[in-house]
Amino acid sequence: MAGAAGSVSGPGAAGGDGDDSLYPIAVLIDELRNEDVQLRLNSIKKLSTIALALGVERTRTELLPFLTDTIYDEDEVLLALAEQLGNFTGFVGGPDFAHCLLPPLESLATVEETVVRDKAVESLRHISQEHTPVALEAHFVPLVKRLASGDWFTSRTSACGLFSVCYPRASNAIKAEIRQHFRSLCSDDTPMVRRAAASKLGEFAKVLELESVKSEIVPLFTNLASDEQDSVRLLAVEACVSIAQILTQDDLETLVMPTLRQAAEDKSWRVRYMVADKFSELQKAVGPKITLSDLIPAFQNLLKDCEAEVRAAAAHKVKELCENLPIEGRETIIMNQILPYIKELVSDTNQHVKSALASVIMGLSTILGKENTVEHLLPLFLAQLKDECPEVRLNIISNLDCVNEVIGICQLSQSLLPAIVELAEDAKWRVRLAIIEYMPLLAGQLGVEFFDEKLNSLCMAWLVDHVYAIREAATNNLMKLVQKFGTEWAQNTIVPKVLVMANDPNYLHRMTTLFCINALSEACGQEITTKQMLPIVLKMAGDQVANVRFNVAKSLQKIGPILDTDALQGEVKPVLQKLGQDDDMDVKYFAQEAISVVAQRLRKLDFPDKDSEEPSTPGADKSCFLRPTGPGECAGKFLPRMISRQKETERLGWLPRRQ
Amino acid sequence: METKLPPASTPTSPSSPGLSPVPPPDKVDGFSRRSLRRARPRRSHSSSQFRYQSNQQELTPLPLLKDVPASELHELLSRKLAQCGVLFDFLDCVADLKGKEVKRAALNELVECVGSTRGVLIEPVYPDIIRMISVNIFRTLPPSENPEFDPEEDEPNLEPSWPHLQLVYEFFLRFLESPDFQPSVAKRYVDQKFVLMLLELFDSEDPREREYLKTILHRVYGKFLGLRAYIRKQCNHIFLRFIYELEHFNGVAELLEILGSIINGFALPLKTEHKQFLVRVLIPLHSVKSLSVFHAQLAYCVVQFLEKDATLTEHVIRGLLKYWPKTCTQKEVMFLGEMEEILDVIEPSQFVKIQEPLFKQVARCVSSPHFQVAERALYFWNNEYILSLIEDNCHTVLPAVFGTLYQVSKEHWNQTIVSLIYNVLKTFMEMNGKLFDELTASYKLEKQQEQQKAQERQELWQGLEELRLRRLQGAKEAPLQRLTAQVATTGGQS
Repeated sequence: MAGAAGSVSGPGAAGGDGDDSLYPIAVLIDELRNEDVQLRLNSIKKLSTIALALGVERTRTELLPFLTDTIYDEDEVLLALAEQLGNFTGFVGGPDFAHCLLPPLESLATVEETVVRDKAVESLRHISQEHTPVALEAHFVPLVKRLASGDWFTSRTSACGLFSVCYPRASNAIKAEIRQHFRSLCSDDTPMVRRAAASKLGEFAKVLELESVKSEIVPLFTNLASDEQDSVRLLAVEACVSIAQILTQDDLETLVMPTLRQAAEDKSWRVRYMVADKFSELQKAVGPKITLSDLIPAFQNLLKDCEAEVRAAAAHKVKELCENLPIEGRETIIMNQILPYIKELVSDTNQHVKSALASVIMGLSTILGKENTVEHLLPLFLAQLKDECPEVRLNIISNLDCVNEVIGICQLSQSLLPAIVELAEDAKWRVRLAIIEYMPLLAGQLGVEFFDEKLNSLCMAWLVDHVYAIREAATNNLMKLVQKFGTEWAQNTIVPKVLVMANDPNYLHRMTTLFCINALSEACGQEITTKQMLPIVLKMAGDQVANVRFNVAKSLQKIGPILDTDALQGEVKPVLQKLGQDDDMDVKYFAQEAISVVAQRLRKLDFPDKDSEEPSTPGADKSCFLRPTGPGECAGKFLPRMISRQKETERLGWLPRRQ
Repeated sequence: METKLPPASTPTSPSSPGLSPVPPPDKVDGFSRRSLRRARPRRSHSSSQFRYQSNQQELTPLPLLKDVPASELHELLSRKLAQCGVLFDFLDCVADLKGKEVKRAALNELVECVGSTRGVLIEPVYPDIIRMISVNIFRTLPPSENPEFDPEEDEPNLEPSWPHLQLVYEFFLRFLESPDFQPSVAKRYVDQKFVLMLLELFDSEDPREREYLKTILHRVYGKFLGLRAYIRKQCNHIFLRFIYELEHFNGVAELLEILGSIINGFALPLKTEHKQFLVRVLIPLHSVKSLSVFHAQLAYCVVQFLEKDATLTEHVIRGLLKYWPKTCTQKEVMFLGEMEEILDVIEPSQFVKIQEPLFKQVARCVSSPHFQVAERALYFWNNEYILSLIEDNCHTVLPAVFGTLYQVSKEHWNQTIVSLIYNVLKTFMEMNGKLFDELTASYKLEKQQEQQKAQERQELWQGLEELRLRRLQGAKEAPLQRLTAQVATTGGQS
């Protein structure tokens, strides 16, 4: 140990000279062998630096053999190694020497841990592209064959992922061998290997000649699709998509469809789930004719499956399925063959099924047109709006725009209101948060009158919610509403109510006033800000709670750019100076920050010419000032004051740089 | 015979899982039923099973088996078995109550009959029996209602058709245990496919079902010699999938319990297959997230192996060190517990091989900020056998742990830990005062050396980084230089 330590100091110190011969491999390897896993990991992650120091030749002759021999380490380290080696071709001397990387990666492809193995396979796939056809046959293909006939399942599993990358560039004789190996892995004794083969079946089929697909891949597919383990069968469904894309309609009918029909009625719900989950892909792959004859009936069965998981997966696909039907006759098919099943699902016993349906059902209205929507879909929307599960109602409300385009919202608005009110008062704050986020959208669709009458009070009520995230979202919501409805509306409906809260006995509500002002001042413009908001803010500087006072300082800094010189000089500055003398250190800190920002602003307003680089017109100036103080960033959590201050300073860091 | 089943106990059950006499009707088996206490239905749950029987036929009660003459017994028996092959919808608890009652009565009678009447099990009834059992128990388990089902925290979903299913399992068990049962006949029907489906059922969330399955699989393993290797192999597949693919399988503890008793019966010397099972399956099982659910059974299996063949100790301990938990303190405590169990049976010659890495890990545990981990590690010194091993090898063990103990004794926040360490240091002092003094003296020096090494490392990497940048720069400039050189030469020529 002592000897090793001694030898480090020499080259380490001399390293600065740039003489790389002074880095003996032993020292570098010592780093890769460090007792501390974290240090070992760091060294592996900088393997390219080590290789660079050694040069290509010694990397090949000394470093790689070491790496190959010592593959017994923490999986974390092995993962990093597998990743590094994938991009190592340049460090061993370019594509001509890419095969030198194969031995360590081969070992990594046989380790137990899946993550490591997958990474090794990924790297091998990458490196295979850098091999010349000759090198591929001389080095890479033998490696794949060794892995494919390995003792333990891990190496055979890894091999499955490598066939498709070497097949296209191999000679015919080798191709036959590769196919043979793949065939035997598809009927491997270990289910793990069969699963790996099944999951790569589609990928492999794509690189094969059409004849081989028909004569070899299809039988493999059929076998895997009737495997004794459902975990294998369900992977065959995925392969089905790729295979179907390759074959002609006639071949599809005879070679693939019997198996697919069987999968859609498999006794294991996992397989049926997979069919439902891949339905859109399958639909595209088999084409419109088979869709009508086979897939629609299968889909009907999936929609009334006995397992909720399957029904939910199928419900998710309803819209895509309908969209992808051939336009001719689409309406009839949907109305006669799909809609009856959807109607059933609206009153399903499982909430996941209902909410999956609710997330797509609105999309049908554009496909079916106004009349059908009013007559058939509207009752379903209304039923879902009254559903007991909030997620279902939310999903309907979040997709209102689809319906609005087709039939206008008035048909729904009477039912919408109770649904919105109920969600707005839900006991779970995440539900309330979700509905707040749809408010601007709803406001846009419902119009200002409806909004004022029905929803305005809700938006104000959220401002005094007992959860901060809701109050914060409500503040942002107000700003978006003002952007939508204009300043006059703000002045009449929002601002007075917000300002009243400044006298609330609860300091949290008083602070909400400040946060609202921060968010609204930009949208409301100079006049409202100066005449209505500023006096309130200034008055609150005398608040007895320190949190309120330092938020006053922050607010003043934020609305400063909107105010004119007189207000800044005559009203803001004295108040900030007073806060700068506050007893509380946080108040003092933020007041001083604000003072410096306001002072800079004043200086610039007084001598606009001095700053020739900055745009000197107030309008342009304002925009550059305002950008960072967007509503999303309005920080200021209530209690952890130190944290909020830290955030604040970080964010303000750029201001001096810009000036 | 390559393996034999133990006559007596399995790890967690005090009573015998072996070939005990047929238990009284109200008591099923000797396996402990600790999981039963939380068997409270939470909500009825769907079952994939029912959908395959569309046209339900009406069941009418048949005469009692005991009321018919012996000549008609078997004919009636097979009619009853056919009746019991009809499935009912238990989600709808009021549907077809009469039919359910008829089947229940018939099953009860079958249980009674196969358990107590001799001469019932003749060859022709075997296929009927196995068919009835298969139809009832083999089904695709429904999806878990709670995708993040935590066996320790959450209530399991109970099988709604349990009133019938229990009787079918009971009947199966009695059938296997009947003195008339002939494995040579049954093996035609209880084949590999049957066993595979039986194993898949171990994923059931219902602990009552897994309990029956455990006993039944144990009997099957005992009676069907030809299926033993296959059962072990399929268990391996389940475990490997559990470790590397899914991290979810409800019956791991039960399977390990059976394997514990199987390992117990392994003949010596151990076959490679069995050693491989230990190294490639049992040890990696320690890395699974839900270890706490099956750790007791797993540790039992590991210790069983070591008691059979002490030369495996090094492999096992190095494996555990490899998978040592890095962030989960609860698992760390379990590892320490298992390590102590292993050290309890370790041979001194094996201890010498692993003492250094082992005690470095123990030292790391002692320095854990979680006091339960530190405490559990320090308890090693309360174990007299371990203490004697440490004493015999104190020249290696002491230097491995001293630095950490010394440091932690000054820094740990928990007073109990500090006093425990103090005791350990005192033991060391008494064990070998001279070595202790030397280590105390060199402690400071080592600290300095460590710092120096860290500094040197930093310098080394800095140097390498500079070199890398220069190389990259060089690589960029090189073509340019060549170009200028070329221009210069051609310019000279012209």
